[in-house]
Amino acid sequence: MTEPAGNDVHVRLTGVTRAFELSSGAKLHALGPIDLDIRRGEFFGVVGPSGCGKSTLLDILAGLSSPTQGTVLFEGKPINGVPDGVGVVFQEDASFSWLSVHDNVAFGLRRNGVDAAEVSRRVDYAIGFMGLRDFANAYPAQLSGGMRQRVCIARTLVLQPRLILLDEPFGALDQQTRLLMGEELLRLWRETGATVMLITHALDEAAMLSDRVGVMSARPGKFIDFINTEWPRERDSRIVSDPRFGAITSRLWDKLRVESLKSMGTASPGASA
Amino acid sequence: MKRTGDSLLLILGILVLWQVLYWLAGDIALTSPTGTAEHLWKLLGTARFWGHAAETARAFAFAVAISLVGGVALGVLLGLNRTSGVVSEPILIALYSLPKVTLYPLVLLCFGLGMSAKVAFGAMHGLIPVTIFTMKAIMQIKPVFWRTAHVMRLTPRQMAFTIALPAVLPEVIVGARLGFSLTLLGVLIGEMFASQRGLGFMIMSAMGLGDMATIMAVAVFLSVFAIAANALLMWLDRAIPR
Repeated sequence: MTEPAGNDVHVRLTGVTRAFELSSGAKLHALGPIDLDIRRGEFFGVVGPSGCGKSTLLDILAGLSSPTQGTVLFEGKPINGVPDGVGVVFQEDASFSWLSVHDNVAFGLRRNGVDAAEVSRRVDYAIGFMGLRDFANAYPAQLSGGMRQRVCIARTLVLQPRLILLDEPFGALDQQTRLLMGEELLRLWRETGATVMLITHALDEAAMLSDRVGVMSARPGKFIDFINTEWPRERDSRIVSDPRFGAITSRLWDKLRVESLKSMGTASPGASA
Repeated sequence: MKRTGDSLLLILGILVLWQVLYWLAGDIALTSPTGTAEHLWKLLGTARFWGHAAETARAFAFAVAISLVGGVALGVLLGLNRTSGVVSEPILIALYSLPKVTLYPLVLLCFGLGMSAKVAFGAMHGLIPVTIFTMKAIMQIKPVFWRTAHVMRLTPRQMAFTIALPAVLPEVIVGARLGFSLTLLGVLIGEMFASQRGLGFMIMSAMGLGDMATIMAVAVFLSVFAIAANALLMWLDRAIPR
């Protein structure tokens, strides 16, 4: 079992693997075995080379896909289908183009039969929190990519998830917007106290936002290193100027470079581990 | 306001062009805009015209209902399964490119002379475009919408009505606009070739008699109806945010 383990484990994966059957009949071993504990309230970042199974891992945690082997426990109970209390933000724009920002954010609450006054209260809070108050009546087509992603985050936030899974949510945004969105994400994490798992290909993003970063190997993806960043809970993007930030990203890149070369099928005689 | 002004300007332009053509070609080829309007006004006051119009309206209503309901249902069924969608698309397009008028004798053999043949021929024109547009719209729903729906633990019914339906609606309305016009065309062609009633038949009879005024008046009546219906569907289309 990898670090950290304790009484406050929120998510536990034990011996999790995922294999896919190809059209040729052959099996593709995509993920694992993975043993991982994520603490309640932890901000856990995941980095890994392309195609290593990061998104497959997220799908398993979200209950969108079942592991081929192993068990996944969320709040001590096995995951069977999408569990209550889990919210997911995807990389692709998932805002509903036919709904206004307000109605997009209210969507999940209304489907869950929450009463109108409570919907209004929670949606107003989430819209304000994500800085969308002036755009509550706008439609996604009238917003920038970053704002649309904020709508998706607000839509997840109103459902008050205890575990938030983010699959490269800022992947399509420019660097400045990503840093600022990262700050908003940290603010959301602090205020809600939710456990967050962030999948990203950006090492600086993982280093800045996470309490702990897990580095995955080339396919089949396994965790080959965990880095505790030891940042204070109150942090923002200015942390990138901290000398330790460089050391963390450098260590992440050392690990990731070798795995990325492997995943590209390139020999790496000079690579250091 | 600008759009209304542009539309009025276009109508004015068409009327001027029509009048110029009338001066150039004379009474044998076409009637003047004012002459056509006068004749149409007279026709609108006759029971004979309304009898034919009612017959066309009935056939068109049945045909457009079959085209829209059938096309949407078929499109949804084919679009939900990627393989069936990919396989059926070229077949549907090939079927649609067949000159349907050559199949009309077959339609008459199957349905006989009368209302059912007209309805079938109208539906033959409108069904395929509606099916293709609906099928493509279903196939192009962003996969992330389905994933979001699963994460929000929506029931299949909620997914269908709150995600799939609004996501495909703009394309379905475009298909409906096209299907609407083509169904009307099909019904009128059906009436022109093998019918004793309807506006298509009225045009054919007038052609036989060289009654250019009636041909032009019925054509204007049908054009106004088609443009009005299309404008309504366009307004619906624009009202949907995308």
